[in-house]
Amino acid sequence: MKRHRLTITGWAAAVSLIATAILGILITPQDVTQKEYSRFLYLHPPMAWVAYLAFGVAALSSVLYLWPRTRREAFDHLALASVEAGVLFTGLVLVTGSMWAEPVWGTYWVWDARLTATALMFVLFLGYLAFRRTGGTKQNIARRSAIVALISFIDVPIVHFSVLWWNTLHQGPSVLTPGLSAQGVHGSMAWTMLLSFVAFTLLFCWMVGRRTALERLRASAGGSELQDAIAARRAEGTSVEVGA
Amino acid sequence: MFRDAWAVFVKDLRIEAASRVGLWQVLPFAAIALLLFAFALGPSHRVLASGAAGVTWVGVVFATFLIVGRSQSIEAGAGISESQRLAGIDPAGVFLGKAGAVAVQLLAVEGLLGVGARLLLDFHCARWWLVIVASLLATIGLSAAGTLYGALVGATRARETLLPMLVLPVLVPVLIAAVRLWQAAGVAEGQGLAGWLSILGTFAVIYTAAGILFYGQVQEHS
Amino acid sequence: MLAVRWVEMEALALHNVVALDGTFPVLAGASFEAPQGSLVAILGGNGAGKTSMLRTLAGLTTIVEGSGRVLGFDLSTQASGLVGNVCLLGHGTGLYEELSPQANLKFLATIGRLDRSGVASSLQRVGLTGRTATTPLQQLSAGQRRRAALASLILRSPALWLMDEPHASLDRGGRALVDALVAEAVGRGSTVVLTSHDANEASEAADLVVELVGGATSGARRGGGGIRHVS
Repeated sequence: MKRHRLTITGWAAAVSLIATAILGILITPQDVTQKEYSRFLYLHPPMAWVAYLAFGVAALSSVLYLWPRTRREAFDHLALASVEAGVLFTGLVLVTGSMWAEPVWGTYWVWDARLTATALMFVLFLGYLAFRRTGGTKQNIARRSAIVALISFIDVPIVHFSVLWWNTLHQGPSVLTPGLSAQGVHGSMAWTMLLSFVAFTLLFCWMVGRRTALERLRASAGGSELQDAIAARRAEGTSVEVGA
Repeated sequence: MFRDAWAVFVKDLRIEAASRVGLWQVLPFAAIALLLFAFALGPSHRVLASGAAGVTWVGVVFATFLIVGRSQSIEAGAGISESQRLAGIDPAGVFLGKAGAVAVQLLAVEGLLGVGARLLLDFHCARWWLVIVASLLATIGLSAAGTLYGALVGATRARETLLPMLVLPVLVPVLIAAVRLWQAAGVAEGQGLAGWLSILGTFAVIYTAAGILFYGQVQEHS
Repeated sequence: MLAVRWVEMEALALHNVVALDGTFPVLAGASFEAPQGSLVAILGGNGAGKTSMLRTLAGLTTIVEGSGRVLGFDLSTQASGLVGNVCLLGHGTGLYEELSPQANLKFLATIGRLDRSGVASSLQRVGLTGRTATTPLQQLSAGQRRRAALASLILRSPALWLMDEPHASLDRGGRALVDALVAEAVGRGSTVVLTSHDANEASEAADLVVELVGGATSGARRGGGGIRHVS
C-alpha cells in the first residue's frame, strides 16, 4: 500500500515537472527587463522552498527522535533523507541563483543577507552529512546527529538576522531592486510558478520516500547480522582452543 | 547541577594551570595570528585600524577550537568518563563547568588580542563598557557552542578536521556581532547596538540551554 | 529497603545475556548467579569477554537478549539505579593524569556526594602519604598510580566492586593490599567481581569461579573462599 503511494507520488512529480517545463519554456511570455532569464522563476524559488521544507522536516523528525516517547528509527531515517535532499536543493539554489544573477545583476554573487544565509545553511547541513559518516553505533550516530540537525536549524534564523544587519548597515541594498515585482507577475506566469512549487514538493516527497525505504532496508539487514555475529563470537572460543 | 559544575570548572582550570597548554600554545598562537593578519593587511595605519576588530575576533574564533579541543582531550583518559558516570555526575553540570573553564581561557585570549590590537593595529576605543559587554556575551556564546560541539565530535574519529567544519558556520553570527560592536565602540556614538547585543545574547542563551539539555545524551555511549 | 531486596534475591544474576558494545556482541550467552557479599572470579583467555562482563555488570553495555539483575536493578530497564552503588576499576586509573591523587579524590568526593574526610584515610590506606599524595599522577610510578585508583574505590566503598585484573602491575606489597581490600569489602557485605589470568590463585580465593569462552560462560564452580582468611 505504502509502496503504491510512493509510486503514484513519483509519477505525479514526473508529470508535473514536465508540465512545468513545457509551460515555463514554451507557453509563458518572457519578462520585459529580464528577457529569457525570467524563466528561472519556475526553477529557483520552488527549489529554495523545498530546501527550507527539507531542513524543517529534518529538524522536526530530529526532535521526534530525541523525545524518548516518540523515538523511532524511522525518524532518524527521515531526518537523514531530508537533509540529503535539502543539501542537494540548497546547492542547486545557489547554482541557479548565480546563473541568474550574472546576466541580471552583473555579478555571480552579492553579499546579501538571503544569499549569505543560504550559503551558510548549505555548509551547516553539509557538516551534518560529514558528521554522520564518522564511526559509532547506530543509536549513537542517530542521537548525536539529531542534536546536530536541531541546533543547526535553530542557528539558521540567528545567522539570517546577523547577516541581514551586517549587510544593510554598511552598504545600500540597491543592487537587489531590479526584479519582477514592479510590473507584477503575469497570469500564466503565476500559474506556472504555482505548478512548479507543487512539482518540486512532489519530487521532494518521492526522493525522501525512496531514501527512507533504502535506509529501512539497510537497518533490517543489520538485524540478521546480529545473529551471525553472536554465533561467530561463540565460535571464537572453540576455534582458539582447537588452534591451541 | 551547580555543585558538579563548580567542581568541574575548578578541576579544568587546575589542570590548565598545571599543564600550561593555554599559556604556552594558545596565547602564542593568538599573538602569531594577529601578526599574520597585520602582514596580510599591509602597513597602512588606516587599513590596520579599520580591520583591527575583525582581526581580533577571527583570532578569538580560531583560539576557541584549540581551547575546546584541549578541554575535551582532558576527559579522554582511560576510564574517566565511565568512573564519573558510575559516580552519578550530572552531565548538565559537566557542560556548565567545562564551558565556564573554556570561557575563562577565552577571556584571557581576548584580553591579549585586545591589547595587541590597541598597540599594534591602532585600535581606538571610545566606549569601554561596550567592548566589555560585547566580549562577555560573545564569550558565553563561543564557549557554550564550542563545548557542545566539542563533545559531539569528541568521541568520533577525525575530530580535528570535523570540529572546525561543524562549528565555523555556527559561530558566524557571534563573529559578525562581536566585530560590529567592537567597531561601534571605536566611535563615540552609533546606532543598531541593541540589535547586535540581542544577537549575542540570544546566541548565548540558546547554546547554553542546548548544552544543558543535550550534554547527557551526547555523552551516552549505548 | 534496598538491603531487604538484596537478601531476598541474588546480588548478581545473569541469564543467557547477549550484550553489545557498539555493534559487536561482547557477551554471547553469559549466565551465573552470586549472592551478596561473595567474591566472584571471572576466568578466561584474551578476548574471552572478561572486561565486557564487568562493563555489563556496571550497566555500561546494551543487553539485546537474555536478562540480568544487579543489586536488584534490571540491567535492561533500571541500569541508572546502579549509579553510586558500583565502582569499576579498569586498566586505566579513571583519574586525571595532571592532578595529584589527593586532588583527584577530592573531585570524586564532590561529584559522588561523599564525605571529604574519607580522602585522607583512603590515601593513607593504600600508602600514598606525604609527597606522593600531592604529586601529579603522571609523575608517579605505575604501581603508585594503581594504588591511587584503589584509593578511589575505598573512598566510594560501593555495594559492588568490579576489578579488572587488580593484581596487574603491582609489587608483592601491592598484591597483598588488593587481597586485604577485597577481604574487607566482602567482610562488610559488598560483592566483589574480579577478573584474573591465574586460575589457581583465583579458585583458591573466590567463592565462585566463572569461566568465559568466546563471550559465553562455559562453566561456573565453587571456589575455595580463601579470601575470608586473609587478614
